[in-house]
Amino acid sequence: MSEQGGSGTQVTGAQSLIKSLESAGVENIFGIPGGAILPAYDPLYDSSIRHILVRHEQGAGHAAQGYAVASGKVGVCMATSGPGATNLVTPIADAYMDSVPMVAVTGQVPAASIGTDAFQEADIRGITMPITKHSFLVTDAAEIPRTVAEAFYLASTGRPGPVLVDVAKSALQAMTEFSWPTELNLPGYRPVTRPHAKQIREATKLILESRKPVLYVGGGVIRAGANKELRALAELTGMPVVTTLMARGAFPDSHPQHLGMPGMHGTVAAVAGLQKSDLIISLGARFDDRVTGNLDSFAPGAKVIHADIDPAEIGKNRAVDVPIVGDCREVIADLVVALQAEQDAGNTGDFEGWVAFLAGVKAKYPLGYDTPTDALAPQYVLQRLGQISGPESIYCAGVGQHQMWATHYLGFENPNTWINSGGLGTMGFAVPAAMGAKVGAPDAVVWAIDGDGCFQMTNQELATCTLEGIPIKVAIINNESLGMVRQWQTLFYEGRYSNTDLHTGPARRVPDFVKLADAYGAVGLSCDSAGDVDATIKKAMEINDVPVVVDFRVHRDAMVWPMVAAGTSNDDIKFARDLAPQFEEDDL
Amino acid sequence: MSVHTLSVLVENKPGVLARIAGLFSRRGFNIDSLAVGPTEHPEISRMTIVVNVEESPLEQVTKQLNKLIEVIKIVELDDREAIERELVLVKVKADVETRSQVLDVVQLFKARVVDVATDAITLEVTGNSDKLADFLRVLEPFGIRELVQSGLVAIGRGGRSISERTLKPVPVPVAQLGERTG
Repeated sequence: MSEQGGSGTQVTGAQSLIKSLESAGVENIFGIPGGAILPAYDPLYDSSIRHILVRHEQGAGHAAQGYAVASGKVGVCMATSGPGATNLVTPIADAYMDSVPMVAVTGQVPAASIGTDAFQEADIRGITMPITKHSFLVTDAAEIPRTVAEAFYLASTGRPGPVLVDVAKSALQAMTEFSWPTELNLPGYRPVTRPHAKQIREATKLILESRKPVLYVGGGVIRAGANKELRALAELTGMPVVTTLMARGAFPDSHPQHLGMPGMHGTVAAVAGLQKSDLIISLGARFDDRVTGNLDSFAPGAKVIHADIDPAEIGKNRAVDVPIVGDCREVIADLVVALQAEQDAGNTGDFEGWVAFLAGVKAKYPLGYDTPTDALAPQYVLQRLGQISGPESIYCAGVGQHQMWATHYLGFENPNTWINSGGLGTMGFAVPAAMGAKVGAPDAVVWAIDGDGCFQMTNQELATCTLEGIPIKVAIINNESLGMVRQWQTLFYEGRYSNTDLHTGPARRVPDFVKLADAYGAVGLSCDSAGDVDATIKKAMEINDVPVVVDFRVHRDAMVWPMVAAGTSNDDIKFARDLAPQFEEDDL
Repeated sequence: MSVHTLSVLVENKPGVLARIAGLFSRRGFNIDSLAVGPTEHPEISRMTIVVNVEESPLEQVTKQLNKLIEVIKIVELDDREAIERELVLVKVKADVETRSQVLDVVQLFKARVVDVATDAITLEVTGNSDKLADFLRVLEPFGIRELVQSGLVAIGRGGRSISERTLKPVPVPVAQLGERTG
């Protein structure tokens, strides 16, 4: 290991930790101090790093995620041992599922006490082994700089992900010499980013031979920053595009080749585009069960080109014809070059019939919703919010109906403007993620789109936002219930609404979200009619010094459509209750 | 289902075994046998893992193992091109009457007597799984009192070494740390 910066002067392990974080380029940390991490908070007091004191460690973790996506840097959260560390478990698992670059720094009980069931002791390295890209326990102060450097390198390269650095209090208190490494040696970590030329040739051949190809775009395209390359590939070939929940914004929603989001709540055109294709070109996607539905009946006639930076994703769920290991940006750029060369030689794909068929499906089965006469349609709220706040705004969402409506109706044109919990499906993600996103992109308008259930899980971070000057905007899509669960109860449990009524409606309003916002020093607004939606959103847009919370009191029986019931085939998609699309196969 | 022998070179660091064992259990893969020990390089340990899986899960096992940062290299050893050995220590009932018969078995299998008591005898034998199974089957009638068996270890035939090139350092410059590469 080569090192630099060895001044020869003695520092504490805590000072070494903070110097290491500074050397790694950290500007913001979300965290809460406590006993075991306390020594680190002393040098942090004098550091150039801004520490944002959150109200719950889960908030710190999700904020670090939102920060990472919005800023393009590694998000950092910090907590003490035991319960502080275990409170980070949910965001760490979330970051792992959604490949978010994040470093979690936790204090651990002194080395001599490890294994004795000491006060606030939890084996957080062991606990997080299955949900981190890697996890470290540091008991020797001399190991701190190298470990921090490795953690940031691992988190940000290859397939990004969370890395945990657990530091024993005794190491923070010990004297050591700080020296920042110039080189790392990780013999078992060599991510492949350059795609193999032979695989690119094979893929090019399959694309030109296909008649019904579709670009199946996943979150990897966003993480790789490959949206420009993707657009070039799509426009060069004319192939239709679907973007998964994690890839919303990777390709403009307004683009005529875009069929929308596939999957359980995907558009009819996007689901049909995959299901009836003869070639799926998967780019940074992982054939998640929420996309494929019943795997055995998923896209039965399709060959598969699967490009991913993580070899373990390739062939995990669906057999592959052409595997390509590599960074999505390089893979797509190489495909563009290869296909351009073929085109220059007169070889173009013949996708006309397919494109026309899908255009027909898209026109016949657009996204749509019922407008109730005496209540507010949640879809309308999100549609107007997207139109008024615009595609440069950043939208964070919780999990459930509001998330699905948001992904369909906001309208995305740019990558990294949609931040949600896709893989883990963590309710309560939105408010802290929006807080982190606003810190990472202070000039952007940042909205948290939340359900009334989600909001009650993490709204304590509004205190952090008010005090730290992080003016996020929160749109609560309040349907007085755990809406997605209630929708399943409507559809699959004969309307037996067991434990889904949250009583946040007109009868009781517990809590009153407007008063709650006020209590947090935020501005609270409410809206319960379509006629007031625009004015309310505009009012919220005008407030930029404190957080704003808008309680949109929406129709509680509104449902998310289209829908493929869990475990069934994508062929059985319904675009409204009991309504299945009729495909005219002869058109193909 | 079929049996595969994987040689896994790992960094000799605390927690590596837990990572690998945890990976197998959470992904639903079965380990038939596991042996861990040092190699000719002090910073590298070698695990020999025998798994019982179908072909396509085996690919997943290998890929998932490779994702672990501390796993350096994985080689599947074909039993026709590798030497496989297990070790058994077995305590067999043997009194004055039966001892000579037990010793005949010992000779036959090239086993070794490692301890003798008045009513029992402790034997050591190494070999591949088939040989050990035969050995224990023949001893069975005498009465096996206690038995302990090691995991399988294996090494490829020929002059090549799987760890030869793994030590070559691949240094990573610490530039723009924390910036997304994409």
